[in-house]
Amino acid sequence: MSSRRVYMDYNATTPLHPSVQEAMVRDLEIFANASSMHEDGRKARGRVEEARKAVAELIGCGDNPEQIVFTSGGSESNNTVFATMFHLGRKGPRRGIITSAIEHPCVLNAAKWLESEGFPVTFLKVDEYGKLDMSQLKASLGPDTLLVSIMAANNEIGTIQDMAEIGALAKASGAYFHSDATQAVGKIPVCADDWKADYLTMSCHKLYGPKGVGALYLRKGAPLEPLIRGGHQEHGHRAGTYNNIGILGFGQAARLAKEELPEYARRVFALRNKLRDGLVAAIPKVRVNGHPVNVLPNTLNLSFPGAEGEAILLYLDLAGIEVSTGSACASGSLEPSHVLLATGVGPELAHGSIRFSLGRATSEEDVDYIIEQLPPIIKRLRAMSTVEA
Amino acid sequence: MQNASGPVLYYTDEVIDHFSQPRNVGELPREDTDGYACIGDPGCGDEMKLWIGVRDGIIGKIAFKSYGCPGAIATSSMLTELAKGKAIEEAAAISDDDVINALGGIPENKKHCSLLGVQALQAALADYRARSAR
Repeated sequence: MSSRRVYMDYNATTPLHPSVQEAMVRDLEIFANASSMHEDGRKARGRVEEARKAVAELIGCGDNPEQIVFTSGGSESNNTVFATMFHLGRKGPRRGIITSAIEHPCVLNAAKWLESEGFPVTFLKVDEYGKLDMSQLKASLGPDTLLVSIMAANNEIGTIQDMAEIGALAKASGAYFHSDATQAVGKIPVCADDWKADYLTMSCHKLYGPKGVGALYLRKGAPLEPLIRGGHQEHGHRAGTYNNIGILGFGQAARLAKEELPEYARRVFALRNKLRDGLVAAIPKVRVNGHPVNVLPNTLNLSFPGAEGEAILLYLDLAGIEVSTGSACASGSLEPSHVLLATGVGPELAHGSIRFSLGRATSEEDVDYIIEQLPPIIKRLRAMSTVEA
Repeated sequence: MQNASGPVLYYTDEVIDHFSQPRNVGELPREDTDGYACIGDPGCGDEMKLWIGVRDGIIGKIAFKSYGCPGAIATSSMLTELAKGKAIEEAAAISDDDVINALGGIPENKKHCSLLGVQALQAALADYRARSAR
């Protein structure tokens, strides 16, 4: 095992930003229940509301921070939206759900749950770059459509959708519009209003904040059925004692993400492209997955025909490089990445895919190290492979 | 990139050893090959080819190629080690559990990988018998 560790899995999660960690440790002493009326309670609540404002500012709604509902993370935010649709669809005339084939399993499985409850669900196709089929979206929208839920940027291949256009189409049809922006927030500019979003999902641990906290943006007037019933926290939208430390960590992470975004995006995108060019030059027959231009600045997904993804991953791990793969073996199922299959690459290229996701701490040296280490690994696996590269 | 149903990469040192340094990788030349098999499907994530050379009823030469995950590579490598030098009847008796035990165990959701090696050996032995009967 190499002593050198190169972490290239920032889309899975990120370490705490040192400044977030500092803020959290500093405020650990603020233990009071943020719903309590005494001074300590008010102080804790003050911190929560400051954080809410910072999170709102990150998605362009700083003037209306009450539109932010804190949750336990992206999965809860997404599930709250789908549970709300369940209640609306049971009572109202609209029941159609439109989402995409490349959503995070959390949205896919929530949509499948509604399907099993009798809701008509459309999983929109994507093209070879992972871009939504807009003509299919237009054709699918109708007076019955209750919800359009489209992820802003894909976690595996990084493809960014035309959110403003999708949002405009969804709203014109009278449907609610939700976006899982978990991977987009902090990596590209996100503005809930520009996208005409009614609901927008955020996760804190993807932007150098703590795990176990997320948020749901809720446009004024958009209905919400609480997933967790109880006290009056979050205007009754989400019960449970405030997670003070997590929430203030989220606030600090959001401030930094907003402040650092232009510089982060510029720097990380240059490193990502250097990694892509270096690997494509050093390894024959590499396929670059995802959109060539509309792609997250930190995400690089490559397929290596003739080599299997988990084998590549483990050889990289032994060399100290930490990545993820779309191979079936790594998923615990027999199916490789549903995202890559949806782009039509075929199972073999999906099995042989590796995702590099770069982050704040990624250096030129890290990129050089991968460009040095990966080519012999692929060569070796191809030499023992039964499959022609 | 989806959640695993259980620990995926919790491999034993033996598995890592056979994955890092697989034994008997390659192909046997046609004149040395007395039995051959190709098992699996690359579309499903793994495929194995196995060559055996038999002299006096003993597997004297064996080689494999594998497209597959670490579990598939390690179990294929271990299988060739177990089969090498064995009489064909003994080799035919090698079971999945023999391979798994020799590796000190493999994760539950990786057990289908080990089937590939044993199946390939059974098929290569069947090919050997068919060739001998000609």
